[in-house]
Parts: sequence; structure tokens; C-alpha cells
Amino acid sequence: MSILVGRDTRLVVQGITGREGEFHARQMQAYGTRIVGGTRFGKGGQRALDGTVPVFDTVHEAVREGGANTSVIYVPAPSAPDAILEAVDAGIQLIVCITERIPALDMLRVMPVVREAGARLIGPNCPGVTSPGRAKVGIIPGSIHREGPVGLVSRSGTLTYEVVQALTDAGLGQSTCVGIGGDPIIGTTHRDVLELFAADPETEAVVLIGEIGGSAEEEAAAWAAEHLRDVPRAAFIAGRTAPEGKRMGHAGAIISGGSGTATAKVAALEAAGFRVAETPGQIAQLLIDQGVRPQAVRAG
Amino acid sequence: MKLQEFHARELLAAAGLPVPPGRVATSPAEAGTVARELLAAGARGVVVKAQVLVGGRGKAGGVKLAGTPEEAEQVAAQILGMTIKGIVVRKVLVAPASDIRHEYYLGAVLDRAAQRILVMGSAEGGVEIEQVAREKPDAIVRVHAHPHLGLLDYQARQVALALGLTGPYLADAVAIAKGLVRVMVENDADLVEVNPLAVVHERAADGTGIDRLVCLDAKITLDDSALTRHPDLEARRDLDEEDPADTEAREQEINFIHLDGSIGCLVNGAGLAMTTMDLVKRAGGEPANFLDIGGGAKAETVAAAMRLILADPKVRVILVNIFGGITRGDEVARGLVEARSRQERDVPMVVRIVGTNADEAGRILREASFQTAASLEAAAEQAVAAARALGAAAGGDGR
Repeated sequence: MSILVGRDTRLVVQGITGREGEFHARQMQAYGTRIVGGTRFGKGGQRALDGTVPVFDTVHEAVREGGANTSVIYVPAPSAPDAILEAVDAGIQLIVCITERIPALDMLRVMPVVREAGARLIGPNCPGVTSPGRAKVGIIPGSIHREGPVGLVSRSGTLTYEVVQALTDAGLGQSTCVGIGGDPIIGTTHRDVLELFAADPETEAVVLIGEIGGSAEEEAAAWAAEHLRDVPRAAFIAGRTAPEGKRMGHAGAIISGGSGTATAKVAALEAAGFRVAETPGQIAQLLIDQGVRPQAVRAG
Repeated sequence: MKLQEFHARELLAAAGLPVPPGRVATSPAEAGTVARELLAAGARGVVVKAQVLVGGRGKAGGVKLAGTPEEAEQVAAQILGMTIKGIVVRKVLVAPASDIRHEYYLGAVLDRAAQRILVMGSAEGGVEIEQVAREKPDAIVRVHAHPHLGLLDYQARQVALALGLTGPYLADAVAIAKGLVRVMVENDADLVEVNPLAVVHERAADGTGIDRLVCLDAKITLDDSALTRHPDLEARRDLDEEDPADTEAREQEINFIHLDGSIGCLVNGAGLAMTTMDLVKRAGGEPANFLDIGGGAKAETVAAAMRLILADPKVRVILVNIFGGITRGDEVARGLVEARSRQERDVPMVVRIVGTNADEAGRILREASFQTAASLEAAAEQAVAAARALGAAAGGDGR
């Protein structure tokens, strides 16, 4: 199984003719993701990725003619909210928005439309979703994964890669890795992803990567305490040394008025039965301690 | 981006909210002139307020009353040039002194969990809302604005009633509450706060008295991601109050936050940059900064990041941690070699580069005799050890 993306994924790349869009579309295709089309208004009828992928003017056409069921967005921030809404209107059920620096109030207006349509948005400002060996949607380097039983959810980009690499090196493969994004207003939360993992028979353990700001980790912890009792679980929180009132790179990573601290998140996760690592390198061992069995480490 | 009080007042006034008169002054003489105008218009006195983006200016002596233009000039001379939490005061706001009858709190803020604008009101004005939330959570009324319709009339009425306002102030409070949400939406703010919102007693030029509900102090924080579509607001950025390093970082699109330690950090990605700081601390050191060079950074960005880090004289060691994805390790390595050849000050560096083109990066770094580390944990420990060794040589503790 795996969650969100897999062998059934039929992907449309919104912004496929842009520098970022084209580069990552190539990587996704090379990983084995089925890309059924790309969009760029005004370039419909052309072909991208060395002629292998049709370019459409609209997402609706990509759905009608290519059977797209998933979209990934690489358009610049001023057009990204519109790109999300277009995908929703075209009936896309899973939309992954990589674009960063979308104004928070734009996302505030977009989210009710996404919800009403029953669609799911991952991001924005996220690295995407990879189900190792099946499909990669986004920008996470394909080489760091291996297939396995660990489900991972994270607010970060490169920190996610760091943790995934460490899991892989320790012989712990992944069912799906989900980067939910570092913005204050995002489509899918830690808790939402934990719910999906709980329903996935192939996910046997979960890793939650969080950071300072907001209360999403605490909410996920409260849910996990009730629903993931028998699931091995580990967590890591970045920003133990972050000062109050400063935005640490991610728009959502800020401690304000004493709330959103790493200390509070670590305490909530530990109370919910998560083993919380002090370094990314400790996570694999914390899972192994809970009975997750490493696979043989691959040669080379 | 935080706005100065006088800019926040301008935005509120532009939206039609009741803001007392007043103007900003940069010299004592100018403060005296503003005071003369306000007193002539019927003010019984003036208040001179330091315009700085840090809290606690009242306690620091940055807010003073004056009864005459001469006195206003004197207190302005005291406040201008004083230092509040490390910030030199270069501007003061001169406004009428208020005869306050009652203070309230009214604010609009982005509620991340609810994904709505949250309007909060309290009859406990003049103190920080976080303090009220801790001590008397029931004293705060909370209403969520609709993401498409805004704050509705009935919601604004609920807020006004909950503040305990009566009579003519009810309608005024409804207009102010709706106005705060409008200011937030129109300017892409994260926070619009009026504290205090106050009933003040005013005396007109003919001597008759009248009570009014007015926005006495205002705080606005803007969404940095939206500034590109508000060039007029970007122009209100206070460069006087910004560290030159922060200005350069912004121009280079580097996320940089200066801290107090001795180990400079150069990292790609915000989460990984925070983690790197945490591991420095865990290894017994203190990070000198948070620095994220962003995705796909080129050699020039790396060189600019090195300049930012080395501009801090407290930095003794630099720790570089790169997990290549979009960012290419060899590009960063070349940037480091080039930056080191040009920098004025030679400090030890510990470099860890993994991911995209890490092998080529390793070759470049070895040829240039950089100290490298395999893991993030090892890199942090090596950096702390190097800082300690230097500290011992210099007779300090190296942190």
C-alpha cells in the first residue's frame, strides 16, 4: 500500500515548462512516477520532457485527456493559489503545492474551497510526498529512500532528507514520506497524516518530525495517544535553541507569547508515547528499541 | 515585518478608525512644533513616545508627558538618542495626552489551527493579552471572521457587548472591530492590535467636554510573504532599526538570525538549520546564528553567507552543514573555497556535505584542506572542540 501516492498516481505537473517544474518533472519521471501531462496556459499542444509528456492549457484538459488524479504545483507564489483552485475545480483529489512564500491570507481563502470539494492539499512550501519504489511527487531526492514499514511526516525539507537517509542507512525502509510544509496555514497536518498511516496496513511504525511554532505537534500527539497505542513511534523536534519572537526561516516557525516552544512539543509527544530523539541520527534506534526490525543493509 | 506605532496608526486612520491626532518627529525642535499645534487645538498636554520596535519602552523611560511646547522639546531631547534594549531611538511620536476613563483590548490575529482570522477582545486593556490569557482566560472574547465574508456585523456586536461597552460606544466598537479585520486583510497583516482601545475624555476648544472611544496604541505585524504586493508597506521598513547584517541577508535572500554564541552555522533548509544549532548546543557549544541559504543556492550565496557570519567578531568556528537536494554539494564547496580565499579573517571550519554531488564536494574540500565530518552529530562535536581549543588558547571557555 503506502498512502497518498503510489502506483495508481496519474500526475499532472502545473508549471511544467518553468525551470523548477521541468527539472523536477524529469526527476519524478526517472523515479517511475507516471506523469500524464503538464500545464502551461498558452503552450497547450506542445510536448515536454523530450516529447514524452503532453502540455495542456488547463488542468481540466489534463484530467479529461490524460486521466490525471494528482497534481503537483511549481508555479510562482502570486499564481499558486489560483493553480490550487484550478486543480480543485478540475476534480483533482490530491494536490501537492511545492511553491513557497504564498501569503497566509491567500491560503486562508483557498482552504475552505479545497475542503468543500473533498480534495486534499499537501503544502504549500513543502518538499512533497514519496512512496519509495512506487511514486515520488515533489522534490525529495529519490536516492535516499528504500521500501519498508516506516511512515514519516515532517514540516521540513532538508531535515526530512537527513532523517530519511539515517533510517535507510539503519536498514529501516519507508512506506511513505510526507512533507507537509513549513507555513502557518497548510492543507494537511501532522495529525491528518498519522490518521492515514493508521489505516495503512503496510505502515508498521511512524516518525513525526516537527519544529517550533503553532500547536500542530501537540494536536497530533493527543490523537496518537488514543489511536496509535500499539504502533512504534518516534519523533524529533527542531528548534530547542530558537529564541522567542524570531521567525526561523519557515513562516510558521516562530515562538510567540511563550507558545509553540520545542519543550512543550517534546513533553506532549513523550506523554503520548512517542520516543523523542535528541538528534536525527537517534531516531532509527528508538524505533528498533520498540521492536521494528531493520532489513539487511543494502550493499552499495 | 513589524511596523512602527506611527505607521500602524496611519493604516488604522486610513481605514477610517478613530485615531487621535499626532505626528512623528526626529528632532527636539520638531517635537516642540508638533506639541505647539496640538496644544493650540485644545490638547491639555502631550505625550512623547519613543518609536522603537521593541517592547518595554514605557519602563525604559521612552514615554513622557509634557505640558508646554518647551517641555515637549526637553523630553524629546531626553528620549531621542536613548537606547532601549540595544536600539537607539531616532523618532518620537508626539500626540495629545489622553484623559483615559477606561481601557480595553481589541486585536485581530491569524489563528493557525482554526485557519481563520481570530478577533479577540477584553475589558482588561493596557496589559499584554498573553498575560490576560494566562491569568483570566474567561476575560477574553474570541470570534472567528469568515475567510470569505470577513467579520460579520453580529459578530462585531458580540465582541462589543462582551467588552462591557454601553450606549454610543457600542456602535463605535462594532465599527472598530470590523475595521481591524479590514486593515488586516487589506494589508496582509498577521496581527493588528489596538491596546489600549480607550474611552478618553476630550475638551474641545470651546471648553465643552466629550468622551470618545479611540485607538490609543497600535501594533501591526505584516506577512513577509505578501510584501511584494505591498511596495508602499515595504517602503515603511525601518532600516535605522535594522542590523546591517539583516539588511544584507534580506537582499541576498538568506534567512539569518543573529544569536550570542561563538559557532557560526551555514546550513541549507530552515528545519536543518535549527537542528544544527540544537546539536551545537547539545555538544556543549553556543550557536552564533541561524542561517539558511535556501534551496539551490549558488557559490555567490555561499560567499555572502560567509561574510554575514564573519561580520560577527564573536564567531570563532564555522560549521557548514549541507544536505544536497536541489542544492548541489559541489557548488557549495566551490563557494566555500572561494569565500575563504577572500575573507579577511581566518577561522577554523568544519564542513559536512552530503546528498547531490557530495563526492565531488568532498574532493574539492580535501584539495583545499578543509576539515570535514561525516555526520551532523560529528560535525557539531568537531566544531565545538575547535572552539574550545581556541578558547583555551585565548584564556576563555571557548563557548
